[in-house]
Amino acid sequence: MTGTVTHHRPWPRRMVDMAGWERAAERLAAGQGTLLALWGEPDCVHMAILDEGASASPGIEVLSLACPDGRFPSVGRVHAAAIRLERTMCDLFGLDPVGLPDTRPWLDHGRWGVAAPLSAVPRPGQEESSAYPFLPVEGEDLHEVPVGPVHAGIIEPGHFRFTCDGETVVRLEERLGYVHKGTESLMRGADLDRAARLAARTSGDSTVAYGIAFARAVEAALGLEPPPRAVWLRALMAELERLANHLGDFGAICNDASFVLMLAHCAMLRERVLRTAMACFGHRLMMDRVVPGGVACDLDAQGVAALRALLAEIGKRFPPLVNLYDNTASLLDRTVTTGIVKPELARRFGAGGHVGRAPRRAFDSRRALGGYPPYDSLRFEVPVLEEGDVNARVWIRIREIEQSLALVAQILDTLPDGPVRVPLSPATGETREGMALAEAFRGDVFVWLRLDAEGRIARCHLRDPSWFQWPLLEAAIEDNIIADFPLCNKSFNCSYSGHDL
Amino acid sequence: MPMRKTFLEGLLRRPATERPPPLDDPELAELGRKLDAAARQRLGRSLAIREVDAGSCNGCELEIHALNNAFHDLERFGVHFVASPRHADVLFVTGPVTKNMREALERTWRATPDPKWVVAVGDCAIDGGLFAGSYACVGGVSAVVPVDLHIRGCPPTPTQLIKGLLTLLQAP
Repeated sequence: MTGTVTHHRPWPRRMVDMAGWERAAERLAAGQGTLLALWGEPDCVHMAILDEGASASPGIEVLSLACPDGRFPSVGRVHAAAIRLERTMCDLFGLDPVGLPDTRPWLDHGRWGVAAPLSAVPRPGQEESSAYPFLPVEGEDLHEVPVGPVHAGIIEPGHFRFTCDGETVVRLEERLGYVHKGTESLMRGADLDRAARLAARTSGDSTVAYGIAFARAVEAALGLEPPPRAVWLRALMAELERLANHLGDFGAICNDASFVLMLAHCAMLRERVLRTAMACFGHRLMMDRVVPGGVACDLDAQGVAALRALLAEIGKRFPPLVNLYDNTASLLDRTVTTGIVKPELARRFGAGGHVGRAPRRAFDSRRALGGYPPYDSLRFEVPVLEEGDVNARVWIRIREIEQSLALVAQILDTLPDGPVRVPLSPATGETREGMALAEAFRGDVFVWLRLDAEGRIARCHLRDPSWFQWPLLEAAIEDNIIADFPLCNKSFNCSYSGHDL
Repeated sequence: MPMRKTFLEGLLRRPATERPPPLDDPELAELGRKLDAAARQRLGRSLAIREVDAGSCNGCELEIHALNNAFHDLERFGVHFVASPRHADVLFVTGPVTKNMREALERTWRATPDPKWVVAVGDCAIDGGLFAGSYACVGGVSAVVPVDLHIRGCPPTPTQLIKGLLTLLQAP
């Protein structure tokens, strides 16, 4: 069974046979194309492949392989970026990626009381979890440092197993899944209103980006265009979200190098962004403001004035902080050459955001493949650097803050009038599929969904940019001292919740 | 040089810290009255908080972080966040309590010396919120450890959080 699937928008989805699936995996392994997403269903697996060289559509293709017996050729066997995704497909759907080099469970810690919860016939799970077998490390004078899941700061839970030779980290192994909430199972059968709220809580710091990706996927499936003003307001909120997160991160990274002053100043700027968001849109993080069909709020003249005041404030306060960063030798001593990600690794894993751009990977879904509105009619640059160290990730954020400030100004100048929401009629009487990318502050969020005839969610997959960044953190910390781990980790700032789902 | 200028500005500008919010929430006041007065007396006006994310989307963490910025400056109330449960009087627990975090939460609670309070922060922490009914969630902090105070919101704003904390400290 091969051929293009109808009602899949905006990019094509094609059924392939076993050989076609394996060929696609080989192409990924050879560096032809980037794995955008890999996800399962009880009797089918899908992968989305991005052709970064493509200037026009399609640029992205979804390949699907029917696997009625649950077995499919592992992509992770030849392409490492797929390994954790396939371990997850095994945990959630009971699928069997044949040849997968690492068959340990990933999100399933043996505590759900059920195994393969999203498969056609979930099995009863084991009652007591067995110990997780970390990769063995052998060598003289090595010692292990276990960290987490409860960390020392106000951050999300995850476990890090360091193996050190003195101060130097020889291996970091991550163990995630602690905040797995079963979001994709709750999605099944949800109406669009509830599903949008779930999507908006995949990763709270990227709630606007998830809102946009989810709404765009629904709109693609239904063949619906949101009103122009809504599209521009979405971008406005997305850039405010980017500003707030990058400002917070800039301060927090410096704080992890014991430069507390920067955190104090950046936290105030971040707070100003959130307060302006509250004044304009009624929620500090702008949660649930982006909905399928448009946005749930409008911007009045007072809001515009508040945003312009915010731009002026940050425009005045931010450059001296950048200057301070650039002229503080003791701080640069910590960030320069620390935690290097090599360009080849970023490319191979398709790492987005600052993690990818710091070592030369320029992909930005606002711009790539023609971009999505309104970014196709906005002027902005995607900063890219070479070094891939903590310092480069700081500078990518600095440049992106500058770009976002300019984008907010442009949006305010050209914001079209009109309605902000169109009513939806999701019950089309047939199955529809849609997918979308949206650029969160940490990289591209991918959403794929299938609506049933009544307009409810039959399946929704949400892929956080962190999936392709967490593995690189393990590589980045190698040969660094363990004391620099917080610094490296913060400079990545991967999402635990977005990854664990 | 930039450092000196920044410090100088700090001397000349007024502090950013704002007045505390009024404690006008009857629901919170009622909860505060129920708290053990003896325990409060023993702790005085100083509270050490250990934050535990038990499955939140990280939205609550962002707002808890905001308590430490100069506008809110939580430490002026004698309240501060600590790195270990062994140093804590209060556990701030967020999220619907995922089954994968249940044991870590229980162990953190056991590691916290008595007297201790547990504050369930955010709608998820109250009853699982949007994630209630999932195979992966216990659904609410009180299903795992005893809860003394709930602070609602998705996520609660820093003002709501401060109100809740001041209730712990100041209720009669």
